[in-house]
Order: sequence, then C-alpha cells, then structure tokens
Amino acid sequence: MFGKLSGSAIPFDQPIPLIAGAIVILLGLGVIAWVIAKGWFPYLWKEWITSVDHKHIGIMYCLLGLLMLVRGFIDAIMMRVQQAVAFHGGGYLPPEHYDQVFSAHGTIMILFGAMPLIIGIMNFVVPLQLGVRDVAFPTLNSVSFWLTATGALLVNVSLLVGEFARTGWLPYPPLSELRYSPGVGVDYYLWAVQISGIGTLLTGINFVTTILKMRAPGMTYMRMPMFCWTSLASCLLILAAFPVLTATLAMLTLDRYLGFHFFTNEAGGNAMMFVNLIWAWGHPEVYILVLPAFGIYSEVISTFSGKPLFGYRSMVAATLFICIVSFCVWLHHFFTMGAGGDVNAVFGIATSIIAVGTGVKIYNWLFTMYRGRIRFATPMLWSLGFMTTFITGGVTGVLLAVPPADFLLHNSMFLVAHFHHVIVGGVVFAVLAAIAYWWPKAFGFRLQEGWGHAAFWFALAGFYVTFMPMYVVGILGMTRRLQHYDMAEWRPWILISAVGVVVLICGVICQVVQLAVSIARRNELRDTTGDPWDGRTLEWAVSSPPPVFNFAVLPKVKDAEYYWEVKQRARETERLGREPSYEPVEMPRNSPTGFVCAFFATIIGFALIWHIWWLMIVGLVGAYATFVVFAWRDVPEYVIPADEVARVDRANRAARQEALAAGAAA
Amino acid sequence: MTIDVHRHGLEDEEDDKGGASDENSAQLWTYVLGLALATVLTVASFWVAKTHLIYDPGIPMALATLAVAQMGIHLVFFLHLTTAPDNTNNILALAFGLLIVGLVIFGSVWIMAHLNHNLMPMQQLMQMQR
Amino acid sequence: MSSADATIPIADPYRLGHRGPNLARGHGGGGPASKRVIVGYGFWLFLLSDIVIFACLFATYAVLANATAGGPRAKDIFELDRVAWETACLLASSFFCGLATIAVARRNQILTQAALIATGLTGLAFIVLEASEFAALHAQGYGPTRSAFLTGFFTLVGCHGVHVTAGLLWLGTMMAQFFAKGFRPDIGRRFLCFSMFWHFLDVVWVAIFSLVYLVGTRL
Repeated sequence: MFGKLSGSAIPFDQPIPLIAGAIVILLGLGVIAWVIAKGWFPYLWKEWITSVDHKHIGIMYCLLGLLMLVRGFIDAIMMRVQQAVAFHGGGYLPPEHYDQVFSAHGTIMILFGAMPLIIGIMNFVVPLQLGVRDVAFPTLNSVSFWLTATGALLVNVSLLVGEFARTGWLPYPPLSELRYSPGVGVDYYLWAVQISGIGTLLTGINFVTTILKMRAPGMTYMRMPMFCWTSLASCLLILAAFPVLTATLAMLTLDRYLGFHFFTNEAGGNAMMFVNLIWAWGHPEVYILVLPAFGIYSEVISTFSGKPLFGYRSMVAATLFICIVSFCVWLHHFFTMGAGGDVNAVFGIATSIIAVGTGVKIYNWLFTMYRGRIRFATPMLWSLGFMTTFITGGVTGVLLAVPPADFLLHNSMFLVAHFHHVIVGGVVFAVLAAIAYWWPKAFGFRLQEGWGHAAFWFALAGFYVTFMPMYVVGILGMTRRLQHYDMAEWRPWILISAVGVVVLICGVICQVVQLAVSIARRNELRDTTGDPWDGRTLEWAVSSPPPVFNFAVLPKVKDAEYYWEVKQRARETERLGREPSYEPVEMPRNSPTGFVCAFFATIIGFALIWHIWWLMIVGLVGAYATFVVFAWRDVPEYVIPADEVARVDRANRAARQEALAAGAAA
Repeated sequence: MTIDVHRHGLEDEEDDKGGASDENSAQLWTYVLGLALATVLTVASFWVAKTHLIYDPGIPMALATLAVAQMGIHLVFFLHLTTAPDNTNNILALAFGLLIVGLVIFGSVWIMAHLNHNLMPMQQLMQMQR
Repeated sequence: MSSADATIPIADPYRLGHRGPNLARGHGGGGPASKRVIVGYGFWLFLLSDIVIFACLFATYAVLANATAGGPRAKDIFELDRVAWETACLLASSFFCGLATIAVARRNQILTQAALIATGLTGLAFIVLEASEFAALHAQGYGPTRSAFLTGFFTLVGCHGVHVTAGLLWLGTMMAQFFAKGFRPDIGRRFLCFSMFWHFLDVVWVAIFSLVYLVGTRL
C-alpha cells in the first residue's frame, strides 16, 4: 500500500538529521501560521504563488536560491568541523552520514542554490533590459520555478524521511546502482534533479525565444546589453546540455527500477559511459552558471566606472566562443579514467584554449575601468573581488588542464580548492553583486552600504582563509571526501580552513543583518526615481519597483545604451522628453498552473522514490489534467486601460523631473 | 491595481500570421512531393541493406547518407524549413543542435572506444591474441 | 532613421550600428515578433533539445551495441519486414498530418477531423506493430534486462515509441479542442506545435530504422 515507506524511514536513531528536520518543520509551520494569522495568504496566492510576472518569479527564484545556499553552507560547516576534529578517526559524523552531507552539499549548492539564483536574476533583469513587458511564455516560466521548488523540496524531505544519496553530487555507477545503493537515497537525488531539470530546460527555451524574438523596437542584436548576450549564451547551453542530464539520469533510473544494464557490472553494462555523459552535461553546467555572472560584472563595472563597456563586440565574440568551446572540453573531468594520451591531449588543449575567452573579458573589464570615475559601491566591491579571485582560480584550472599534472591532482583537495575558487569567486560574488545592484529596482529601496561592505570583506577574507590551505593539502596528497585522516602534516592546514569558515560565517551574518537593517530603514533608503546608481541600461528607465507592465510604452531604441543617451539629453536640456501617447496594455493573467503542476510533480516524485505505484498514477493523471484545464481556458489576458498606464507613468515622470531640477540646482 | 475593464478573450485576437511562410506553405504539393521523395529514399535504404549493390563495408555510410537526405526532405517539405530571412533563427538553432548532436555522439563513441581498448580485461585481451 | 550615416553619431562611439539597423520583426530591430512566430520558435527549440536526448540514447546504443553478454545480436532479432511496415505507417501518418495542416488553414472542420483521425490511426498502427515486436522479444527472454545491447535497443526505440504514444494522446486532445472551440488562433498555434512534433518523430524514426535496424542487420 505504501511501497517501501514505513515508520523506519524516519531517522529516530540519528540525532542530527532528526533535530535538523524538526527545526525546519517547526520554522516552516511557524512561517505558514504567521502568514495565515496576518491574513496575507490571499495576497500571497494572488500576487506571488500564481504570478506569471517575470519580476515576481525572479524574486521567488532568488529567495529559494538564498535559502538553499544557507542549507548548503550549513552542510559545509559540518564537513569542515568533521575534518578538523577527525584526526586519527572519530569525529561526530559517522561515515554513512558524512557521505550524505557532502553529496547533499554539492547537489544543493549547484542545482538548488546557484542555478535558481542565476536564473532568478535573469528572470528579473532580462525582459526589463530588452525593453519588453515579460518573457515569451509567462505561464511556462511559473511552471519552471515551481518544478525547481519541487526538486528542492524533495531533497529537503530526504533529511527526515529516508536518506539522501551517498555517492557524491554526481552518482557514479556502479556505486549508485541498486546493488550497491539499495536504499532510497539515490532515488531522492534522481527524481529531485530530474524534475527540476525539466524546469530549467523550459527556462532555457523561454529565454532564448525571448532574447531572439522579443526585443523592443530598434534593439538590434548589437544594441543589446551585455547581460542579455551572456544570458542568451547560457540559455543556449541549457538547451544543449540539460537533455544530456535528463537522458543520463533516466538511464540510471531505468537500471535501478527495471533492472536494465546500461551501467551495471554484469551483462555488458559500461559504467564509464555514465561518467562520460554526465560530464558532457557537467562541464557546460558550470558555464551556464558563470556566463550570466560575467554579464552581471559587465553591467556593474560599466555603471560604476561611468563608462560604456569597452570592446562590446569582442565581448560578444568571447561569450559565443566560450559557449561553443565549453562543449568541447568535458573529458578533462576524467583524464585519469584511461582514455589514453591522444584523447587526453585533445581535450587538454581545448581546455587551455577556453581560458582565452575569459582573458579577453578580463582585459575588457580592466579597460572599461581605466580612466573611468570609479564609485566603490557594494556591487563594485564584489566585482573587484571577483577579478582577482577568478583569475587566480582560473589559473589553477589551466594547471589542472595539463593531463600529467591532473594525474597527480585529480580528486585531491587541490581540485576541491580550484572549483570552489572559481565558483565562489565567479558565481557567488556575482549573485551578491547582482542582489546589491538590482535590489533597489526590485523593492524600491537601497540596501545599507556599510553592512554590505562588511559582508564583502568578511566573505573575501573568509574565502581565502578557507580554501587556500586546500591547495597545499591537496599537493601533500589529501584526497577529497575524507571522513577521517591520519597524516599529521595535513592537520594544520585543515585547521586553518576551519578558522576560515568562522570568518565566512561572519560574512553571512553581515549579509543577513544588511537585509534586516535595510528593510527596517526602507523609508530612509527609498529609491524615488528608479535610477539610484545612474545606470545606463533600460531597466533604470522605469520606476522602482517597476509597474506590472514594465514600460508604459515600449521604447524605440535608437542606439546602444539608449537610456544613457536619453538621460544625457534630458540633463543637457534640463527637461524630460515628450510625454508618450498612452495606450491600453495587455498582460497575461496569473495562473495556478505552475503551482498545481509542481504539486503533482512532488506527488509523482515521492511516489516513485518509495515505490508507491498507485500514488504515482494519481500524480500522472493529475498532471495531465492540469495541462488540459490550462489548455481549455478562454481568457488568457487582461487589459490595463490607458489612463491607469498614464497615471503610473506620470507619477514616475514627476519624480524624475524633480530629481532633474534638484540636480540642476545643485 | 489592475482593472478588468475588458476581459480580453481569445476570439478578439487578430489572426496572427507566422510571417510570409505560413499560408503559402500549407499547400498540397509540398506534402505530396515530400511523401514521394521520402518513399523513394526509404525504398533505396532497404534495398541497399538487403542486396549487395553497394560495396559491403560502405553500406553503413550509404545508409547514413540516405538517412540524412531523407531527414532533409522532411525538414524542407514537411517542416517548411527554408533559407528565407525570417527562417534564419530556425536554421541557426538547427545548426547549433546538430553541432551538439555531433559532439555528443562522435565524442562519446571516440572516447569510449579508446577507454574500452585501454581498459580491456586481461582475459579478453589474451583471447583476442590467440 | 537614416540607414547610411555619413557622420559617426556621438551616441555610437564604437560604431556598432554600421550599415543601419535591420528592421525585421523578431530577429532585427523591428520589435517583438507575432505570437505565432514566438510559439513556433519556442517549440522548435524544445524539439532540438529532444533531439539531444535521442543523441545520447544513440550514442549509448552505439557504445553498447556489441555487449551482447552471450545473448542475441542485432542480426538475430531484427525483422526487416515489420520495420518496413512501421516505416510506411509513420510516413503515411506524417503525410496525413500535413493534410490536416492544410485543412486547418482552410478552417474546414470535417476535413480536419478526418485527416487527424487518419494521422492517429496510422500512428496507432505503428505503436501496435512496435509493441508486438517488444512483446515477442520479451517472451523469448530477450527483454531489456538480458544484456546491455538489448537495454540500449529497447530504450532508444522505446523512447521513440513513448514519444509517439504521448503524441497520440496530444492528438486526441487537439481533435477535442478543434471540435469544441473551432479554429481559434491559440488552438491553431498549438496545432502548429503538434504538427512540428509529429514530423520530428518521423525524422527520428528515419535515423532509427537506418542506423539501428538496417545497419544492425548488415554489420
């Protein structure tokens, strides 16, 4: 009746997950109770849960990503503490549990932390920068978000009901096959990643279509902001790579559920094919994360240097170059598997070549800053921190790209240091820069600068103190994922890493305090005009937060950095441009389709994990019914009348006129 | 803040055409010609496979070529993929997709062939040498 | 907007707008494309992602093709006559789908439903033939759990079959929608997506019958 599910699924004998799970449930129930008590549920349902507005979906993605980043960080703290105390055995985490912690850490950080954050930022910013009202498929966008949330939910449920995978964040067979992982852990992983992977693929389709087919009139490709180019490249990679993930995980699933022999040891299966295919996804995945990050830096550096981005066309070329070549390097993740010198050489050279694209970008950022008027606001600090950190981290990558060197360093702590170096320096810093940069646009008030600076410095210092010792200890021979160790010469370095984590915790606390203080003092920090940073791209042309329709009238873009040109003209003439003629605006209706679809997806996933077949059928029927109900609706849009549009726009124009006059008087 | 003055129903939409290509492409002759060409290529494939008309070691290549040709027929006659300027995005996307398909298939086969050769179990290697 | 700028405009210091802007809708500077173009392009992208899934399955089949584990090889189990009938059914189905596209463009309910029924019946015939092939192999003990080669074969061909089955479900839904709501633009866009999907399945089948069945019987 309930498949494999029984009372023994709850870890009554393991205090750590039990207490952690209990805390999460209590917090979650507490938040829900508070929301209902305050009467906010109808508002949340109408404006957020059923929203198809890219701005709201973007904010929800970022919220999900930040929460999961914290959960992943807690896993990291647990690992560092374990390694700090487990000299000659012991420690507080038994191996079976430690294995789940490092597997969950990687899975959550990449797939449920970084990906939602990057996708959330793309969601919020891209339509605004393109000068349009929403993405190509708004309801599909909502479905994408809620499916990602389903995946995150399943991973967190595994904390309290059952177990998680013990295989690392990429479940290599034969360990991940049924024979060696008979529990539900790998199944939780498979269904969580598979379901959220579908959401991500749909996002890729949505954004490629939006960027290529829906831009404001006059915005040719070469007038698009750099962030839109990098989002395009990233989403093309999503389109290309995520199907590989889907197919590969599906094959592993078939092995586990139906006894197929793709990757088994018996009957001719080939476990190496899994490694090959999963990294054919895995490498493009990290570029999916880092390309939008590069775009964020382009926007921030250009704005806070007061200059247009240097070398726009070479940036575009470098982005597309990185996009294509990122699909030609995946073997560098398994040089040591035995493909031999010829194959290793080809992929080693390709890996070294891909660094050239990033090099072009770094030089362009430097030349953008050169002779600019640099303002050291929080987003700019994160960008400067990125430049030094990513270069050094990337250089260790080029070292690893040399196969003979990799034979010594593969799967050592050197590798762990390298990929954290580039991901933290590249992606995490970008996300924090983006949040600081676009927060005023999203919420209408700035973040307090002091706490932002503190968060940055603690994070930068904490990162180096935590991860630089890992390079040393990797060269000294320490492999990754060790639950305990015996080598005395590693100990000092591991302890330094643990100290670094304390510094990082201070950074996280500063970041949280910044949010709390800024929300409390939001009226003092109000952004009245919509352009708090003297920005250059179209999103700064609307109010903060933007009206639901983004632009009262779609801008007719006449050159690159059109908003900057219009603003300069306004400053010179001390007048805003002519008021446009307002027309009624059609907007897509909100829809519960995304949420309901994800609800059934959760049911399907949970049922499949625990082999509850009747529940799976219920879920499938429900999901199909959701599609049909959505397909049957007759009224997909509603109209905002022209006077409402005019009222909103005139209010923003008045605020800007005031600021213009004040600026002229000053 | 949104005011539902006028519920915008789907009947009110103007008939949006998909560029110039749509109405013209829905014509009988394209489908009949496509069907005829596809049938010819299919029959040719089966013929190649069943007889010795083509030099034996070249048969897989011949079949692959016929398959690619038939896929092209489908793309042009059934899916109306042309070289018109409003089709450029479609062609570029297809080219990108084909690049990825090529990299995945040929890359994987190349890598796995090397791996299988280098990591062959000793017993199998000795059997091959007998 | 002048196309040939004799002077370099101050607003364009890096000469980005050379030769004047391309004013085409939806791929130049003409503003957003029409809904039909947007929906069609989005679905085209989805189909390309589906092709990548099939590419992975093809690659895996190629890698595992010789791992017969003492069981049957391709030559032993492939029946080309059945494959020929399956191919004919699917090709005919694609043709009828094309006829349905013409009928929809002419807004003719009876022709549309007739063409769609023909599409569905030939598609169903394909599924029946394939299912019987799978059942027969399974009954002989040559199911997907017998060897890696059979796993690869059943998954690749079976994945295509699952797509066709899902397509038939979609077809039924489209027939119901045309009947209930007529030839509304949004249903027309959905049908555009369906017909792209259906033709794409025939394209994948071309690869399967050529590279799996025909090559398999000769190698």
